[in-house]
Amino acid sequence: MSAEAAAAAGSDPHKLGRGHGHGHGGATGQSVGGPAPNRIVVGYGFWLFLLSDIVMFSGFFAAYAVLAGQTAGGPSGRQVFDLNTVAIETVCLLASSFTCGLATLAVGARMKLKFYGAMATTFVFGAIFLGIELHEFAGLIAAGNGPQRSAFLSAFFCLVGCHGLHVTAGLLWLLTMMAQVFAKGFRRDVLNRMLCFSLFWHALDIIWVALFTVVYLIGVAP
Amino acid sequence: MLGKLSWAAIPLDQPIPMIASGVVVLIILGVLAFVTLKGWVPYLWNEWITSVDHKRIGVMYIVLAVVMLIRGFADAIMMRSQQAVAFHGGGYLAPEHYNQIFSAHGTIMIFFGAMPFIIGLMNFVVPLQLGDRDVAFPTLNSVSFWLTATGALLVNISLVIGEFARTGWLPYPPLSELKYSPGVGVDYYLWAIQISGVGTLLTGVNFVTTILKLRAPGMSYLRMPMFCWTALAANLLIVAAFPILTATLAMLSLDRYLGFHFFTNEGGGNLMMFMNLIWAWGHPEVYILVLPCFGIFSEVISTFSSKPLFGYRSMVIATLFICLVSFTVWLHHFFTMGAGPDVNAVFGIATSVIAVGTGVKIYNWMFTMFGGRIRFTTPMLWSLGFMVTFVLGGMTGVLLAVPPADFVLHNSMFLVAHFHNVIIGGVLFGVLAGYTFWFPKAFGFTLDEAWGKAAFWFTLVGFYVTFVPLYVAGLLGMTRRLQHYDVAGWKPWLTWAAIGTAVTAIGVICQIVQLVVSIRNREALRDVTGDPWDGRSLEWATSSPPPAFNFAVLPNVEGEEAYWSIKQAAREQQRLRDEPEYEDLEMPRNSPTGFVCAFFATVVGFALIWHIWWLAILGLIGAYATFVMFAWRDTTEYHIPAAEVARIDRANRSARQEALTTYTGPRP
Repeated sequence: MSAEAAAAAGSDPHKLGRGHGHGHGGATGQSVGGPAPNRIVVGYGFWLFLLSDIVMFSGFFAAYAVLAGQTAGGPSGRQVFDLNTVAIETVCLLASSFTCGLATLAVGARMKLKFYGAMATTFVFGAIFLGIELHEFAGLIAAGNGPQRSAFLSAFFCLVGCHGLHVTAGLLWLLTMMAQVFAKGFRRDVLNRMLCFSLFWHALDIIWVALFTVVYLIGVAP
Repeated sequence: MLGKLSWAAIPLDQPIPMIASGVVVLIILGVLAFVTLKGWVPYLWNEWITSVDHKRIGVMYIVLAVVMLIRGFADAIMMRSQQAVAFHGGGYLAPEHYNQIFSAHGTIMIFFGAMPFIIGLMNFVVPLQLGDRDVAFPTLNSVSFWLTATGALLVNISLVIGEFARTGWLPYPPLSELKYSPGVGVDYYLWAIQISGVGTLLTGVNFVTTILKLRAPGMSYLRMPMFCWTALAANLLIVAAFPILTATLAMLSLDRYLGFHFFTNEGGGNLMMFMNLIWAWGHPEVYILVLPCFGIFSEVISTFSSKPLFGYRSMVIATLFICLVSFTVWLHHFFTMGAGPDVNAVFGIATSVIAVGTGVKIYNWMFTMFGGRIRFTTPMLWSLGFMVTFVLGGMTGVLLAVPPADFVLHNSMFLVAHFHNVIIGGVLFGVLAGYTFWFPKAFGFTLDEAWGKAAFWFTLVGFYVTFVPLYVAGLLGMTRRLQHYDVAGWKPWLTWAAIGTAVTAIGVICQIVQLVVSIRNREALRDVTGDPWDGRSLEWATSSPPPAFNFAVLPNVEGEEAYWSIKQAAREQQRLRDEPEYEDLEMPRNSPTGFVCAFFATVVGFALIWHIWWLAILGLIGAYATFVMFAWRDTTEYHIPAAEVARIDRANRSARQEALTTYTGPRP
């Protein structure tokens, strides 16, 4: 085949810019077997969503870091944080993550009663966490240290409150999951949703660990 | 009961918005009446509104984008004509109204014109190029679209009820704080962008998952078409950048609604934090828009040069380089705001470096054309116009990246000319190239070439006549967003810019006429085989328009340019591959979830804007109920029997076989 004929055929005789010189053989990346199974796709997509959620939190963290010293004559972290209640909150949330793990195991074993028990316990721990947080917020606002007081308190309420909103949404989701297992059993899509729920609940823990460190531990440090 | 909403919210005393919105409402009512009288409502509901097919959703995105582009262009006409006559305080637009117009123009063009157009093209093309049946999460895709539509609807409601923001397309505090913008304008902006932003984020999640997890057998990373690579890069940027926008706007909302002190002057707030955060999203956003366009140009230039893309691997590297570096340049948007020479120097250098990646691409496109048999079709013209225009815009960008130069040019008309130069030359030309290129795939007939070429030339000339004078006005010291001015030296340049806008308007009309003429001549323009351009990637391997399932059997990819190798083999042997074994297919069922969810999102957004708290809570409950209803569905898929798949595929195969026997080499 002459060079002109090759050009006419639209081929690329010298493989300009092509890596190994041949279009086949050196296939990089997977997908040799085609599309991934449904459960992998769902889990992967939800992980991406969680990553984006963590990026959003990092925005609030950054704002908190910038504004933590801006107390505008109001109280600083050391004056308003009570590490004892925060410790109880942390224990509740970590325990709820453990029971959420138990719920996942119960799903794996297809044991409904254990599933309901573990989920209900998770709910109770989550609700206690939320109750303590709301109590802390109410106390601050009652003492005149609401988010309007200073930029520091704005950033604090926003960051911790956003986590609290996530926990609230998680509790609603948890109840919905229990209802759905009750109504539909361990169906394929229910199993996928349970996978996503447990990822979500554990991610809230990860964020809380960062929040506990950055806001409370560093906040009370001298 | 109704919060801040009252009859005073409707601007009965202002003729321009009232007439404009009156006409729009009449058109909408007319379309609704026409559709109802024709009995098309069930068809629209079943085939489009509730559709979860990525091709249908892609088309709906583009329809939304086109309508919004025209809306934004109307704003542009008003601004250019106002400035042309506003010497010594003349002009016909009141300052308050003018400020709303430039804010709405930017917001609409970026969020509801460019973004939906890009996402629409990705929706339509990416699964086809990857050899897929649909995206990873089809119903979520529909939710994304309808949430975007909600945002667009809220912005346009502000035309009639209340007002829009007067703060520019990015609501900088403290101007956007409650103290200085007490009206609902900024709130319209905030909730419209938040709601559509959720849609965009979900699109990002959906497409990254689709591209990384759902590719045809053998479609390894380095066999993906360039458009898929750029779509991957853009969607990674969406996942990483849009949450920052959400967080930033949430903080501004808290300031406005609950008296927080994030960006206020009082209470220790820090308004520079807003600039940093918004541009940490805003600069990647620029690349979210332009990277997929680079992908479109790669496909178009390669196809119409009848050659593989030159330097495919360097193109991939350049794309990912831009994707990464786009996060390290945001500070160049406020060099003048006192970060100091060291910081400015770092960001100035990073900004200049990012041009290297684009330079690599420009050379690759030139070498792709070199020695090829170039067909000067409309998409190819847009691509060539882009290469020239974008290089000019890039050079003024590198100029602005030099901090001392930026101190002179910051917020001048030079800046306005620069970013229109890259966004029109890069993004608009890109989506119009993509629109003409993939239109036959979507509808089964090509677009009229003569009208397409006319649209291209009028738009190109109109662009230069508009924006070259604005560069000059900027160099003469004119700042942006002026409702009127007293410098006689600017007037002739602004007059030229208005003339340029009129020329561009002719281009827009040609574009519309092209569509009408093409629909009327569709039989003559019919694309029988599904491969009208002698294409190279998998979307051309299926019929036009593709069946709901895209591919009767998933293609087996054996190299780069998946379809080209299959086609070449068929041409050499003068026969298609053997008929595959057809199997029953399961496809995702339609769902009204997206539409209903967007209805409640509209209610929530409107209620929050006007402080109607009970309605907002009602809307949230409705949205939750919608998702539960969706989760309770028992059948999620419908069945297509193998015989039906075979019937559809055989029809396309026979058309292709016929084309094969009459094939006489590449078209001139």
